[in-house]
Amino acid sequence: MEIPYTVTARPDTGLWNAKVGIWLFLASEVMLFGGLFSAYVFLRLDAEPGAWPHGLLNVPVGTMNTAILIASSVTVVLAWAALKMRRYRAYWWYMLVTILCGVIFLVVKLAYEWPQKFDHFGAVIKKDKLEKYEKYLGNHHLAEHGLAPRMEISGHLHNKEALNDPNAKEYEIAMDPVNADPTNPAMDRPHFLYVPPTDKIATVEKEDVEYANMFLPKHSAYFASYFTITGLHGAHVLGGVLVFLYMWLPVSKKVYKRNPEHLANRVEVAGLFWHFVDLVWIFVFPLFYLL
Amino acid sequence: MNEIQEPSLAETTPVGTSPEAVHDEHAAHNVAKHVRKYLLVGATLITFTAITVFLSYVNFGTMKANVAVAMAVATFKAALVAAIFMHLSNEKRLIYRILVFTAFFVLGLFFLTYLAWYDPVTR
Repeated sequence: MEIPYTVTARPDTGLWNAKVGIWLFLASEVMLFGGLFSAYVFLRLDAEPGAWPHGLLNVPVGTMNTAILIASSVTVVLAWAALKMRRYRAYWWYMLVTILCGVIFLVVKLAYEWPQKFDHFGAVIKKDKLEKYEKYLGNHHLAEHGLAPRMEISGHLHNKEALNDPNAKEYEIAMDPVNADPTNPAMDRPHFLYVPPTDKIATVEKEDVEYANMFLPKHSAYFASYFTITGLHGAHVLGGVLVFLYMWLPVSKKVYKRNPEHLANRVEVAGLFWHFVDLVWIFVFPLFYLL
Repeated sequence: MNEIQEPSLAETTPVGTSPEAVHDEHAAHNVAKHVRKYLLVGATLITFTAITVFLSYVNFGTMKANVAVAMAVATFKAALVAAIFMHLSNEKRLIYRILVFTAFFVLGLFFLTYLAWYDPVTR
């Protein structure tokens, strides 16, 4: 059976069918991401002063990934334009670049950014014990300047066995610069460049700790929303890459030969999805990396 | 209209549009004109990414102000993507109708978040 209106417009809507379909789908996607973003707003506004972390993500890497995603949005629209102008060769190359951009984005996320977080540790100090760790927190200095207090000591956990061993009484943390030198005014705001943990060790007693964890979803509302939203977004990137791959492979050349406009429309629809994924990232990037 | 009769539509469709060859040539010409615009928009988006990174290190007084600035830049970027890359600057009415509904419901969704702090008893 021939599917109607893949190329010509349906008279009552004025559109070919897939265009209506993808926009209805994107409308539901707006609701899906909207739900998660409103959860983010709720969690963030409800956080106590100083409890919402800043500057934990690698900004240059995030900026690069943003640029890669924008570049892929450009190449996919150029791929579509090439088909409209019946230049299959150019289409093929633009599509390849788009796919590679998507793959690079995912590799950076899954092989670099996430594992680096999984390997990082933070111990949130009990409120009545904050004073004991003042030399790592610098809260007097922060209060003087009207800044939110620090409640966490973070860095690389030297004795990882302490996480699960009830007999271990303390955590040995090779501190992040912010805890190693807390009264330095340079630490009052997040850094642009990633600064690795120092070799200065803090010994934090377990009984002084409110909760302590690697930077996993369970670590905090911040990381829970970060991993959920970037995870769902990443799944969308993967989906887009797979669809583009199908349209790039020789099977799709058959569609092009039968009716080039049909393939152009398929690419336009997949492109609309891809631009939406880009659009979501435009909000994810500042909300999690910068603010 | 509830029941669409396929045969009559098949007859009427080509009448409304110009002959295929002419249509294609026209479309190809239009698309070629747009390529420059797409590149320009891409460059603008990357520039504004750099701007938003820079602005996040500027202290606007409160964190709220910094969030507002960053969201303004992000909204501008998103609008560019939607208008140019997603062709929303020149789309059929049905698509706009779908989006009006979407905007209504997503705003309603965010309003529910606001309601979480609504407390008529102890406020």
